[in-house]
Amino acid sequence: MRIFASIKIAGRALRRNKMRSLLTMLGVIIGVGAVIGSVSLTTGATKQVEDQVASLGENVITVFSGNQTMGGMRGGWGSAPTLNVDDALAIAKLPYVVGVSPEVRDRSQILANGENWNTQVMGESPDYPQIVNRNIISGAMFTDQDVRSLAKSAIIGKTVVDQLFPGENPLGQILRIRNIPFQVVGVFAPKGFNLFGQDQDDIVVVPYSSHMHRITTRTFVNDILVGAASDKMIDQVQNEITDLLTARHRSKEPDFTVRSQQDLMQRVSESSRTMGFLLAGVAAVSLIVGGIGIMNIMLVSVTERTREIGIRMAVGARAADILVQFLIEAVTLSAIGGAMGIGGGMAFSWLIAHFQHWPTDTPTVWIVIAFISSTIIGVISGFYPAWKASKLDPIDALRYE
Amino acid sequence: MQTKPVIQLDAIHKTYHTGEVDVHAVRGISLEIFPGEFVAIMGSSGSGKSTLMNMIGALDRPSDGHYWLDGIDVSTLNRDALADVRNEKIGFVFQGFNLLSRTSAVENVEMPMLYHRHRIPSHEQYARAMAALELVGLGDRAGHHPNQLSGGQQQRVAIARALVNRPALLLADEPTGNLDSQTSIEVMGVFQKLSDQGITIIMVTHELDVARFTKRMVILRDGKIVTDEIVPNRSIAEIELQRLRSEQQAVKLAS
Repeated sequence: MRIFASIKIAGRALRRNKMRSLLTMLGVIIGVGAVIGSVSLTTGATKQVEDQVASLGENVITVFSGNQTMGGMRGGWGSAPTLNVDDALAIAKLPYVVGVSPEVRDRSQILANGENWNTQVMGESPDYPQIVNRNIISGAMFTDQDVRSLAKSAIIGKTVVDQLFPGENPLGQILRIRNIPFQVVGVFAPKGFNLFGQDQDDIVVVPYSSHMHRITTRTFVNDILVGAASDKMIDQVQNEITDLLTARHRSKEPDFTVRSQQDLMQRVSESSRTMGFLLAGVAAVSLIVGGIGIMNIMLVSVTERTREIGIRMAVGARAADILVQFLIEAVTLSAIGGAMGIGGGMAFSWLIAHFQHWPTDTPTVWIVIAFISSTIIGVISGFYPAWKASKLDPIDALRYE
Repeated sequence: MQTKPVIQLDAIHKTYHTGEVDVHAVRGISLEIFPGEFVAIMGSSGSGKSTLMNMIGALDRPSDGHYWLDGIDVSTLNRDALADVRNEKIGFVFQGFNLLSRTSAVENVEMPMLYHRHRIPSHEQYARAMAALELVGLGDRAGHHPNQLSGGQQQRVAIARALVNRPALLLADEPTGNLDSQTSIEVMGVFQKLSDQGITIIMVTHELDVARFTKRMVILRDGKIVTDEIVPNRSIAEIELQRLRSEQQAVKLAS
């Protein structure tokens, strides 16, 4: 097969008709461009959501206490007093558990510096920052000793700092929670708003023991945060927690729920997979449309160039030479169209990222898929016209007007 | 003669089965053409000369009989082998020039080499195409496209294309059909020059004036050879051209 000669001939033929070649490619360019552009946008958005979910703390398992029904009114998860500190201490002894924090939540009015502010006051263990992936930028986390001694120490978020100690160093300052003085021993690194629009910096964290005995005087916790050693251990740890608590509570109905960050992750990736199928469908349709455009033009081109085919056959082109020539023309059109579409789509997503400040990301695998499938479309749509050309009789073709 | 013929036709028949009637286009032609000959095949339309030319040109196969071209029995070859024979043994010159439009003269001349069985390097293709253009006196027009060339120049590009693969036979089908008389004589001059260099040429024509430039005339009628003779008082292109010029001069002076 004189493949180099065929490539040369096809290249010359396409260059002879630049405008038509460009217009033929346009179908593929627009199709591939649209796919790459929308893939870039959705991938960027999905990645942002995934990052936010991950920022809530990876490998976090939350145990919620059960619901309770009072006078026909059913409370939600966490309303029944079924989990206590001992449950948390028992969970801490399970394998692959790297941190446990019994969590007590309460909205309280806090006072300091002659200012007051309503915020979320949480009782946690010293493991808390590590489990939920939060850093302390100044000061330090309270210790197990502080938990045992019901220390009046508090770590506060940036929003609380801004509201109560504007322009001051909050470390060592006194903060009154329900009129009980706590000393600020640390400040959390700012984290901004979470997925659900809550301000994650509007918090005060105190030892859970201090919270339960000094602020709210209760014996049960709202939930227990558990950190698993790795994401692969999450299922196992979840099962072990379920077994352990079922045994401890000796209840027929489980009076608690165990959920992990992975569940949320899974839902996110499920929705992005649905999006992916949708995009693949759009891609397939647009490529087929582009391919039909190429086939149409190639058929016109073969009819138009019947005489040229006759001349080529007269000077010694075999049927296969003609077939390959037209096939290469079609593939060149679709491959260049695909490449231009990829470039266009990436440029579009870059513009969106630059001017709209949307996160975009073009996965390499989609670039490869787009290029390969546009090339394959060229082969498929070029084959019939090329075959038709190669079957022409040289005498008839030469006589064609 | 002791040399082997370039073309040997042995009782060639061609029958077309179109519709209900069979058309006997060629009914038993035997013919030998030797190297260096310059032959005109003549005949009115329907005489079978186009059919004969298609078979000599390996574009078509005879229904019956044998055809040896340069020692190869072409009548038994398949489509691909015929294509190779056309590429290596035959150079075509057509009435309508049949150059590729929007393609430079030199690229047109290079075309047959692209289909050669053995790959010819690009620089050699270019060199050979240029040499062929020089031979027909168009070395300075290599970059021109067909629409920038006159009819005579286009036909000379076509002749260069026909010669570029060094064929055993140059086959011309009404090469002057689209040209005025002066250009026709010029093109015939090119053929005569090539013939003098020993190239075998077969030309199909229905014009006696044009046929008189050849050395041998074969006349067909109803698919058979009726006359096969040496051309008496052969026209020489240079002399004819001079005569034409003086005639034109005379017309100008008279008016």
